[in-house]
Amino acid sequence: MTDHVKDKELKLPKISAEDVNVFYGDFQAIKNISMDINSNTVTAFIGPSGCGKSTFLRLFNRMNDYVEGFRMEGKIKIDDNNIYKKKVHVEELRKKVGMVFQKPNPFPKSIYENVAYGLKIQGISNKKIIDERVETALKQADLWKEAKDNLNKSALALSGGQQQRLCIARTLAVEPSIILMDEPTSALDPISTTRIEELIFELKSNYTIVIVTHNMQQAGRISDNTGFFYLGELIEYKNTKDLFTNPKNTKTENYISGRFG
Amino acid sequence: MTNLDIELKLLKEAIIEMTDLVTNQVVNANEAFLSMDTDLAYEIQHNEQKINALELSIDRDCEHILALFNPVASDLRFVLAVLKSNADLERIGDYTYAIAGYVIEHNKSINKELIEASQIIAMFDTAISMLRDIKIAFETEDVKLAKKVYRKDADLNMINKQAADIISKFLEKDGTLTTEALYLFSTIRKLERVGDHVKNMVEVLIFYVKAKVLKHKDIKDKKK
Repeated sequence: MTDHVKDKELKLPKISAEDVNVFYGDFQAIKNISMDINSNTVTAFIGPSGCGKSTFLRLFNRMNDYVEGFRMEGKIKIDDNNIYKKKVHVEELRKKVGMVFQKPNPFPKSIYENVAYGLKIQGISNKKIIDERVETALKQADLWKEAKDNLNKSALALSGGQQQRLCIARTLAVEPSIILMDEPTSALDPISTTRIEELIFELKSNYTIVIVTHNMQQAGRISDNTGFFYLGELIEYKNTKDLFTNPKNTKTENYISGRFG
Repeated sequence: MTNLDIELKLLKEAIIEMTDLVTNQVVNANEAFLSMDTDLAYEIQHNEQKINALELSIDRDCEHILALFNPVASDLRFVLAVLKSNADLERIGDYTYAIAGYVIEHNKSINKELIEASQIIAMFDTAISMLRDIKIAFETEDVKLAKKVYRKDADLNMINKQAADIISKFLEKDGTLTTEALYLFSTIRKLERVGDHVKNMVEVLIFYVKAKVLKHKDIKDKKK
């Protein structure tokens, strides 16, 4: 690859939404949203319940496809490719775009099996490769030290914070380039929350992370850019420091200062 | 009204009370210095304790709001503006304490011609009007009025700049005026500093209301 091509690629947004509208039957959940998300950044989506932030996040790995009555207009591009084109394989897309949910959801299997699961699904059968990828993913998720001597222990025996880090390891094992997180710490205590936040910060150098959070301070602490959603619209989207110190829109200011929502 | 709104309202009332107290100290310092009223000078020094106590109380309130309510955006800028203005007001209070000290030490009226030529009366008047106006600007978030206050500081700087020449010419003519000339010159210097502190308050008020930083920018930028 020439430097010129490389430079051009670096300048492209990792994720790009163009004039996106989403409907669930007659209800319009997302109203004409366009936004770019750059590589190796953490982007936070904030807004009151029902504002459309989780719906918008789930567009990036086509998680809304299964919702009854779902219909989308516009384009979502990842690495400049429209992921809603008919020829796109959703399974391939989800290898590239991992997801961590609000409640830790490990499989009722061992720690090892949880992390290895995605690799096996991908058809990797070489034990040495799987072992290496499990170890790397657990190290990246800051769980290796605690789990290395108990890899065969049930994942359900881990604490909530450990389970969430296991779910992050499971996501990382398949080597995605984007990680979506939907309120990943809302069920965790402050210590576990801090560990996940530190982890997000470390992962940023290798991944593009998009996180939905109800915790305004968390958005301020970990994200580079923040988008404020309200009634399906993207009201304001900019550098997190600017958004929290000098929001331009009154709705944003009222929301982040706790005056509504 | 949220709990944070209530706390911010109380904080605003407190900083306005602080501005009133300090303005009153400058008014009294003016009177005490020009009439060499030692009783009033002692009263100023006594009132300094109230200012120090209120300064600590406002600092504590700001600390509590920051720790307990995590304010953001204009709420955060308001708390920071109060915190900084509080320190400026306390310093102005210190200057009035020092001027009162000169009155107590000197305790003799100062040559009227020297007073007139030095323009110290105009300085006191300007400093007092700056304080009164910044209080109104803070109460009403009036950026236009705040900018007027800002420009008045130039008048104080000008008088201060000319003072050394004017006073030294008087001393060349009459060396017996040395002591009172020194007290006068020191008071002029303190009033010039009062202007600087009120100017700081203008900067933080504009930072609060407009989210614009005026510090360390030249005048052209500030006019924008």
